[in-house]
Amino acid sequence: MTMIPTETGHAPARPRLPRALVPLANILGFLWRSPTSAFGLIVLGLLIAMALLGPVLAPYDPYAQDLQATLQAPSAAHWFGTDELGRDILSRLLFGAAITLRIIFLVTIVVGPIGMAVGTVAGYFGGRVDTVLMRVTDIFLSFPSLILSLAFVAALGPSLNNAIIAISLTAWPPIARLARAETLTFRKADYISAARLQGASPARIIWKSIVPMCLPSVVIRLTLNMATVILTAAGLGFLGLGAQPPMPEWGAMIATGRRYMIDSWWLVTFPGIAILLVSLAFNLLGDGLRDALDPKQMNRR
Amino acid sequence: MLRNPGWLSPLLRQAGTILVTLLGLLVLTFVIGRLMPVDPVRAIVGEEATREVYEHVYQQLGLDRPLWQQFLMYLRDVASLDFGTSLRTGQPVLQDILHVLPATIELATFAIVIGAGLGIPLGVIAAVKKDRWQDHAIRVFSLTGHSMPIFWTGMIGLLVFYAALGWVGGAGRMDQFYIGLVPDVTGFLLIDSALAGEWDVFRSAVNHLILPASLLGYSSSAYICRMTRSFMLDQIGQEYVTTARVKGLSERRTIWGHAFGNIRVQLVTIVALAYGALLEGAVLIETVFAWPGFGQYLTSVLRMGDMNALMTCVLLVGVIFIALNLISDLLYRVFDPRTR
Repeated sequence: MTMIPTETGHAPARPRLPRALVPLANILGFLWRSPTSAFGLIVLGLLIAMALLGPVLAPYDPYAQDLQATLQAPSAAHWFGTDELGRDILSRLLFGAAITLRIIFLVTIVVGPIGMAVGTVAGYFGGRVDTVLMRVTDIFLSFPSLILSLAFVAALGPSLNNAIIAISLTAWPPIARLARAETLTFRKADYISAARLQGASPARIIWKSIVPMCLPSVVIRLTLNMATVILTAAGLGFLGLGAQPPMPEWGAMIATGRRYMIDSWWLVTFPGIAILLVSLAFNLLGDGLRDALDPKQMNRR
Repeated sequence: MLRNPGWLSPLLRQAGTILVTLLGLLVLTFVIGRLMPVDPVRAIVGEEATREVYEHVYQQLGLDRPLWQQFLMYLRDVASLDFGTSLRTGQPVLQDILHVLPATIELATFAIVIGAGLGIPLGVIAAVKKDRWQDHAIRVFSLTGHSMPIFWTGMIGLLVFYAALGWVGGAGRMDQFYIGLVPDVTGFLLIDSALAGEWDVFRSAVNHLILPASLLGYSSSAYICRMTRSFMLDQIGQEYVTTARVKGLSERRTIWGHAFGNIRVQLVTIVALAYGALLEGAVLIETVFAWPGFGQYLTSVLRMGDMNALMTCVLLVGVIFIALNLISDLLYRVFDPRTR
């Protein structure tokens, strides 16, 4: 079982980098060489920088109204213009990056473990447990994610946190399916049988031997799903069911800007471009990751 | 033909699976309905009703009974196609939905034609020109379509093509002054106006349809294009393609005649699934374009807390999805000789 690299493993295979980080560095290197994936990496880097440094970089307070300067077109003072209450759109976009990042982070830490738990348990035990868990997964899969999220938000009440819960509730099934398929491939492997013969409990086998093996593909799948998550969150914000005003969430900004759209194009244009760029970045990155980690694709080259 | 049980049992198993999924769907909609922060009795009797009236309606709705009995009542109602009355319109929910559905089907059908018409050829080209500039350009083009927030693209489209250029009609299904001119026969405006011989209305309807349908189509073409590319790559890597090339068949006939013929079945499946996914985009684009269809109905009942209508809408979307999955499965069986 020493095959599984662990963080604590010393004696690194290559100098400088801990062993667990070598594959990661290789993947990043591969991604960097493809122009489209590199673009994705840059945009995500920018998003994180914006979220962290937003409060420092923002030229204005995102909530500060200036009724003397409403609906101003982009200018030197307000690069992206101002909205109907005179708030600086650039500052609001910068603060919105933190909200987007929060959605991504929270959905990931909820969806990953749930999907992983359902999938590995179904795959490991098989039989009736598998049937029941997969039926439940199928029911959730039989909805487009936005529609199901809409229904959940309707039940829970509109707010950013409820939107995150609703999205998480709809985003775990593909992860569960994937984790199950992975588990099935090495359920019969010798090292699992060995662990079982040593008297390890199912919980211990799943946690120690199966979960680490599923992790890489689950991470890729999560990355690929992030584009959908971002679009769903923005859609909920747009419909007034996600983040509530005056929060500078990008989808909600578009919703309020819609009323002034014909005369003040900048109100909807810039938040829309922000959403498009981030979701495109995740799609390009996911595409590149698939190429990076798919052995079939590697051989074709 | 004693092999009947052989092909019958997978069908039976599938029927069982569908039944279980449907039941699960009903549990889900029931739970969502119960969780909604709306008092169904208050919604019916109003704020000023006396205690007696409230109690009466409360019992009439069966809300005093245990949950499992309420669920059984719900099942019974659904089985007899009684989905309750919409609080917003006062009409039976089913009638409401049937009234708005044609507008969405019209939109989605046009969108899928555009999406498939764009996505399939692009996917084939991307596969043939793998790793060349054409492939990269198509990848960026299609992934952009997949990454656009559709409600935003709709607004930008309206700004550019309607407000600035005036090429297309604006919001709604037709120009204001045509509304009510054509009798509502099928609910599909294009068919109705053609039947009535009102070609001005027909033109106006096409004018209004073209922008939202193109945007929806573009967003769904991404998925179709990506899948077409990967199906084609699988085919191109196979030996019969090499053989065809070696024996001197033109590249065009090799690709379109041989390889493409073999992915048609898979494409049908993909297009059917993409059609279902359009419903999601329809919810958002209908809001932007004030399109009086299912998506707008869904968002309006959501805002009103119209429990019966919302539960039915969610149920309907689930059923449509299950049906599309089933249809694509059946088409697969019919068209692919290997599955017979």
